[in-house]
Amino acid sequence: MHLLMEIAWTHVSTRIRQTIVASLGVAAGIAITIMMASLMTGDQEDFVRTLVDSIPHVTVSAERRAVRRQPAEQVYAAAQATSTIAAKKLTEIKNPKDIMASLRSWLPGAVAPSVKTTVILHSGQKSAGVTLIGIDPRFERDVSKLASQMQAGHIADLYKGTNALIVGQALAKKIGLRIGSSVNISTGEGLVVAGSIVGIYSTGQTELDEAQVFGLLRTAQVLAGQPGVINELRIRLRDAREAPEIAKRVEALTGYRAMSWQEANADLMSAFVIRDIIMIVIMSAMMFASTLGIYSIISTITQEKRRDIAIMKSFGMKAGLVLSIFLVESAIMGAIGVVVGWVLGYLLCIAMSQITVANPITGAAVPLPLAFVPLHYMVVAMIALTACFAAAYFPSQKASRLLPVDIIRGGAA
Amino acid sequence: MTTAIQTAGLTRRIPGAISRTLIDSVDLKVEKGEFVAIIGPSGSGKSSLLYLLGLLDAPTEGEVSLFGQPTSGLTESEKAELRLKAIGFVFQFHYLLPEFTALNNVLMPMKTLGHLSAQEMRERGIALLTSLGLATEIDKRPFQLSGGQCQRVAIARALANDPEIVMGDEPTGNLDSVSTEQVFGILRDLAKKGRTVCIVTHDLGLAARADRQIRLVDGKIDKITSQREKAVALEGEAAGKS
Repeated sequence: MHLLMEIAWTHVSTRIRQTIVASLGVAAGIAITIMMASLMTGDQEDFVRTLVDSIPHVTVSAERRAVRRQPAEQVYAAAQATSTIAAKKLTEIKNPKDIMASLRSWLPGAVAPSVKTTVILHSGQKSAGVTLIGIDPRFERDVSKLASQMQAGHIADLYKGTNALIVGQALAKKIGLRIGSSVNISTGEGLVVAGSIVGIYSTGQTELDEAQVFGLLRTAQVLAGQPGVINELRIRLRDAREAPEIAKRVEALTGYRAMSWQEANADLMSAFVIRDIIMIVIMSAMMFASTLGIYSIISTITQEKRRDIAIMKSFGMKAGLVLSIFLVESAIMGAIGVVVGWVLGYLLCIAMSQITVANPITGAAVPLPLAFVPLHYMVVAMIALTACFAAAYFPSQKASRLLPVDIIRGGAA
Repeated sequence: MTTAIQTAGLTRRIPGAISRTLIDSVDLKVEKGEFVAIIGPSGSGKSSLLYLLGLLDAPTEGEVSLFGQPTSGLTESEKAELRLKAIGFVFQFHYLLPEFTALNNVLMPMKTLGHLSAQEMRERGIALLTSLGLATEIDKRPFQLSGGQCQRVAIARALANDPEIVMGDEPTGNLDSVSTEQVFGILRDLAKKGRTVCIVTHDLGLAARADRQIRLVDGKIDKITSQREKAVALEGEAAGKS
């Protein structure tokens, strides 16, 4: 063992230039792959974030998956209820406080109550039908990014006036609203109340910005004509990807329909799958190219040592020991390469994240999204080290199995 | 006298479409303490024979026995062990490991064997190099040494584990006349000390000073000339005349 390390170390430290070249070859492959992976993952995450930030991860609504069968139908097979009295009221979630308390005990995220009702906003000659979401400003911060999407005003400003509203930028432009504007709010029931605009937000999604208006829970409840009603619980998770499982659990526990953001955007999910596939293909191609580079450098170095292998064997060193020497050498070069590659890759990522691109519509400067994923570093290192191992193993195994004379006879120098 | 090396029907062919016979049914016996020179024209199989005797190559047919022990049944690893302990090989080119100093090259077989302590190895390595006139060169690497010095380091390495048999494939082939004389003298002394020495050479002057000359032609033994027999014959002639 001692001899093995001594020889391996002497080779590596004496042929310092070669060691540096080989290590840099490994490092370059690793750094570039890490950078690409970070960029692609970052972009993916950024895409998901933009989509996911504007909507709750799981929405529990006061609905059931399937229509409940009427009592008569349950008893008599032939019975058919065709004209039960339709409630004009919003269906509500019963005992919202208890449900929220029990969800908070295990949920990896936050939950907030809301009331969703439909109203029409009138401003001067213009009007627009919108969805009014009654929220509790104290909890809103935990379940949506509304606070960070505010362009003017604050969520807490909702407390500042009667029937205060926060509207989207697109809607504000469409019907001419700004902070302090007065509006009339009318409901389907014929109720008309005066309100004021205290904030303007923008999610970046025009459609959403035109359709959603935020107010206090109380405002929405009054407009719905049902004080105290809660018809939606909005959940935000620490990891948005867990939403489908969580939604299933919530639904099983509460009996109310819980919809994950994935379910709500089912059509987008195939786009995600395709992006994932593209990413895996590109990553594999990158890794394959850099693996070939690593392989060619290390195997060339090992190939050059064929004569030394023959010499060591000629004075009686066993094939296994000779083979181990070259494996250890490539491991040393590989390890140096991995560490340097990690650092280089990390620095490259930092450098890349300084670059900003302008949004072609709004002109806003957006930094390149880069994700730091430790798993990338581990996987890339494993692949690179495997390449080093294979690149040293095959040529030296072949050489160490030959009779020494086959190599010595092959070439004098 | 004990027999150090014995071969029976030793044959080495290179397989292939046109198979070539390098060594053809060689029967040979080398006594312990003998100095044997293998000579012959280029391509006659001198080196091939030596590689077979030194277990660096495996025969196609026939047997090499060292000290009465057949070697054909040994595994590669057992052969390596035998080379390590009992055979020292010197090539035409020194074949030193370029990254290691003269001393470390000499220590390599000792460390591989691992019978001595680090201190003992070092002392023995220095003693060997000193006895070959390299006392001042022990920490130099091969590229800092002359050809003759490298070849002497290679001899020191061959002698590292005090082998019974020393083999040289044109050990003086690349040396000037002074170095040649030096190297030959070293080998000569080894034989005197009871080591068995086999060298391949095309220097007939050197070969004539060996105990025996084995002349190969086309992989077969063409002629064996014994120096002692010559001497005895000369003595007899002289005795007869007087």
